Formats: sequence, structure tokens, C-alpha cells
Amino acid sequence: MAVVGEAAGLAGLHVRPALRDRLDLPRRVVFLAAASMVAIVFVLLGFIAWQGVQLFVQNGYPIGSVISTTWSPQDAPISFGVLPFVAGTIGVTGVAVLISAPLSIGLALFLSEVAPRWARAVVQPALEIFVGIPSVVWGWLGLTILVPFLRTNLNGLGFTLGFSWFAGSLVLSIMILPTITTITYDAFRAVPQDLRTGSLALGTTRWQTIRHILLPAARAGTLTAIVLGLTRAAGEALAVQMVIGNRPTMPTSLTQPMTTLTSQITLDMGNTVFGAPDNNVLWTMGLILLAISMIAVLLIRKLNRSGGRR
Amino acid sequence: MTIGIRRFGVLAMAATLAIAACSSAATTPPAASSASSAAPAGGSFAAPACASGTITAVGSTALQPLVDAAGKAYVAACPAATVTVNGGGSGTGLTQVASGAANIGDSDVTAESKLATPDAATLVDHPVAKQGWIVVANKDVTGVTNLTTDQNKQIWTGAVTNWKQVGGPDLPIVLILRPTSSGTRATFKQIVLGGASEANGQALTEDSNGAVTTSVQATPGSISVIGFAYYQGTAKANLVGFQLDGVDATVANMASGVYKLNAVGHMYTKGQPTGLTKAFLDYMLSDAVQKGLIPAQFYAPVNP
Repeated sequence: MAVVGEAAGLAGLHVRPALRDRLDLPRRVVFLAAASMVAIVFVLLGFIAWQGVQLFVQNGYPIGSVISTTWSPQDAPISFGVLPFVAGTIGVTGVAVLISAPLSIGLALFLSEVAPRWARAVVQPALEIFVGIPSVVWGWLGLTILVPFLRTNLNGLGFTLGFSWFAGSLVLSIMILPTITTITYDAFRAVPQDLRTGSLALGTTRWQTIRHILLPAARAGTLTAIVLGLTRAAGEALAVQMVIGNRPTMPTSLTQPMTTLTSQITLDMGNTVFGAPDNNVLWTMGLILLAISMIAVLLIRKLNRSGGRR
Repeated sequence: MTIGIRRFGVLAMAATLAIAACSSAATTPPAASSASSAAPAGGSFAAPACASGTITAVGSTALQPLVDAAGKAYVAACPAATVTVNGGGSGTGLTQVASGAANIGDSDVTAESKLATPDAATLVDHPVAKQGWIVVANKDVTGVTNLTTDQNKQIWTGAVTNWKQVGGPDLPIVLILRPTSSGTRATFKQIVLGGASEANGQALTEDSNGAVTTSVQATPGSISVIGFAYYQGTAKANLVGFQLDGVDATVANMASGVYKLNAVGHMYTKGQPTGLTKAFLDYMLSDAVQKGLIPAQFYAPVNP
């Protein structure tokens, strides 16, 4: 009996696994989720790329026609020059990062190296609330407080209208501050504690440790944070549109109105019809915006690789 | 690490919120709320011929307050029907009706002026109302009550750049334009400017009647053009509205034709309408809308 029982037990080992186990549903579900995400990204990329070239394919405008500073989609001579928008996006984003990056890195340093526990307990939730404020609110604040302030108090500096490149950059710099700060902070926290203690043991001051150990060690993370801030700023539409005045000419001065890719797309998309040249040029602008953020993503990957080698 | 993930979660959530805020702000008509409150509830007019089903009307934000109010009144009388009204702009309305995504496309301009001929030929035009626009300026522009067509041309093309040149205070003129694709801008350009190009390089651009109204109130010396429905209440009190060639910008003057800055609002269908779409368009042309809702919403009947 015992032998038979043992044989039966052994035979049990060779029974094919239950259907449920063979299907391994959880693995398939997560695989499907990942696969559909990748598929959606590629379908979207393909669609935007396809629509983005329709101005040249379907409407027959030469590619050179968009490389112009004249935006005149309705009045003859018709010109779809997108350079004012590209320059505007780069300009407003660049100045925003120039304002925001030093502040954010300083704030991250404070949180990571200087702040006592209670201060961190106050600043971190404050930052998270900051992130949660919708962009339309920032734009609205900019429109009701910043623009009139610039016009009345800094009129002498050239802010004749208040709506200006500087106003757009300032609003953006506040919006990207939490992004840059939190990612830089994580980069600082990821630097091994041994490096700090080792450095301090050599008799350096806290500033010397930060300057010569921490900042170089967290260089890749800091740059990643700045590039992420840049892409976030470049893609922002609503808040910027409300304060820059949307003047479709090349940006001339920080104190004067200008325009961006995102803001022109939102201004024109509801009034143009699908397939018409003035609608297709908006897709071309979207494609350019996508190219800008893809370059940024590639830059981040390159930074992270070089950061890993250090 | 978990803290990092949590923070990224917050970032992602904020991004989603921002997107949601963007899209809702872009599609919500500024006057939608005022529209419903001004709508009389049927009143003494004959009840509409009821049909059942669900239809969607999409497009012009200038026409939206009227269509929205008519939709609400129709559904109140005919509970078996659902009428969904959305904005999005005239271009969106024409695209969606031509592609069959919406039953009705609302537009300030004719389909022929926006769509390619084969698409436009499939659409049937239903003119439903006359809508008027008024030239407005910031409150600090005093001493000017009337602008002639010529003065408007000089101001909008940049030939005149200071209010003192047209009898106002010594104050630079700030043009606030709509995007080149806007129906309001196209109408104003055709009727008042005679097709002349606006001075883009000295102007600001705002994308809706509501945004323009806010900007003109806030910017000294600014001038723009808004729909009658938006020149009401507090906006009216905080703006200077001009006569055009000595004619007051009123619904009565627009209806009689002496005030020339007006255009017909169109509702397009793909082919001849049937069922609820036809019943609703018939209702738009009935006395309940033409004599009841239309004056209440500051439009004029399409057939005087």
C-alpha cells in the first residue's frame, strides 16, 4: 500500500499544471499593458509625423516655405513662416530655465544638505502643493497680477503693455521650479553618505563638500532635472498664452509681446478645418515641438549614461 | 525610493490636471452660463414638433449661447430628445459635420470659405440668426463715441496709432486681434476693413470673445471687436462701445440692417436633415426661437 501511495504521489508531480497556471495571466496582463503603451506611442508618433508633412505633401507647399519669419496664413502673399513660433518657444523656455535652475538647485541643496528635519517637513509638502496647482491658475495669476504690475510699475523699463516675453518666462519658471527641485533633490540624496563623511573627515567645510564632492557627483541628475524642466516649459500652452500677448513676429525684446508654438496651435486649432493648409501647418508645428522634446529625451539618456560611468 | 515614486506620482497627477484644465478651458464657452439664465422657458409660443433620439451640434462659439439655449428649451418640451451642444470653433464644426462626427455644424462663415469644394458641396446650409459685433475700447478712451469705417481702417491697419488722432486722449492705441482663422476677424475684415490687412506686428492676439473682453478691460488704450452677447452687464459697464458710422450697435439697428457689422450664423447638416436633426432645425426657425430666444440672447431673426 505504502509503495502504491508513494507512486501515486510521484505521478502527481508529472500531472500537467492547471490551465490557470499555464496561462500565467498576470504575466500576460502586464505584458499587454506594456505592449499597448509602446504601440500607442508609436501610433501617435506616426500620426503626428504624417499630419506634420501634409502641408508639403497634400497642399504642395515647398518645405522652405515654413522657414520664414512671415506668418500670413490668410492674406496674400500667403506665408506659413513658423520661425517666430520656434524662436518664441526656445526664447521663453530658455529664459525660464535661466531664472528657475539656480533657485531650484539652491532649494534642493537646502533640503538635502542644510535643512533641519522640521524645515524639510514644511518645505516638501509645500513643494508638492506647488506641483498640484493647475497651469490655468498660474496663467490667471500672471494675467491679473503680473501683467498689470509690469505695465504700471516697470513701464519705464519698456513694459508698455505688460504682456511680454519676460512675463511668460517668469510664469514658466515658477511652474517648473518644483520639477527641477524634486529631481535634483533625488540626485543629491542618491550620492552615497560615505562621500560626504569622507570629505568632512578630511577637514573640509560643508560648502567645500557641496562644491567639490556633491555637485560633481550629482551632475548628471541635475542636468536631467534641468532638461526635464525645459521640456515641461516648452510644452506648456495655456499659462504662457495668457501672458505673452501672442504677437506672431520674431521676438525682439524681453519687454514686448511674442508668441510660441503651443500658443499658436491652441489659438488656431478651433477655427481651421482638418486638411486645410492653415490647419496642416499647425500639425507641422506640433511635429517641430515633438522633435524638440525628443531631442531633450535623447539628451537625458546620454547624460544618464555618462553620469553612470563617472 | 518610495518617496521618489510618490513624488513622481504627484508630478504625473499635476500634469494630468494641467491637461484637463487646458482642454476644459479651451472648449468651455465664456457665455454658456449666462446663456441658460437668460433663456425664457417656452413662454407663450407653440410647442415644438417633438422627435426622439440624440443629436450633437458642434462649432462656432459666437453662435453657441443661442444654440445651447434652444437645445435646452427643446429638450424641456420634448423629453425623449437629447441635444448636445459643444463649442470648438467654426472650423471644428464644419470639419465634424462634413466627416459625420456631428449632426449639426455651427459656423459664423460659409462652408465654401473654409472647406474644399467637394466637402462643402455635401453640406446643406441652414441660416438661423443674425449676429452682430461691436467695436469696443478700454474705459480710459474718453471723448470718442463714434468711429467711421475710414477711422477703423486707419486704426486697424496701423496708419493711426494714437487715440488723439481720432479725437480721444493722448494715448497709444493697442490693437487686440483674434487669430487669423477666426470668423469674427474674417467678418470684421470683410465688412469694415474692406479686406485690408491688420497691423499684426503691433497687436496682441486673444483667442475668444471672453478673453478679448477681459484683455480690453485690463489694457489701457486697447481696442477690439466682440459679439453683442458679450457686450452686456459688467462688461458693458467696463468698456467703451463705439457707434459705427454714427449708428448705434443695437439689436434693433442690426435687425433693420442699418448697423452693418453683422453676419448670418449658419447651422450645417450633411445632406438634407432627417428625424430629430430636422425637428430641431425647424424649431430653430420657429417663432419660439426667432421671436423668443433670439432677442433674449442679443441676436436678430434671420428673416426680418
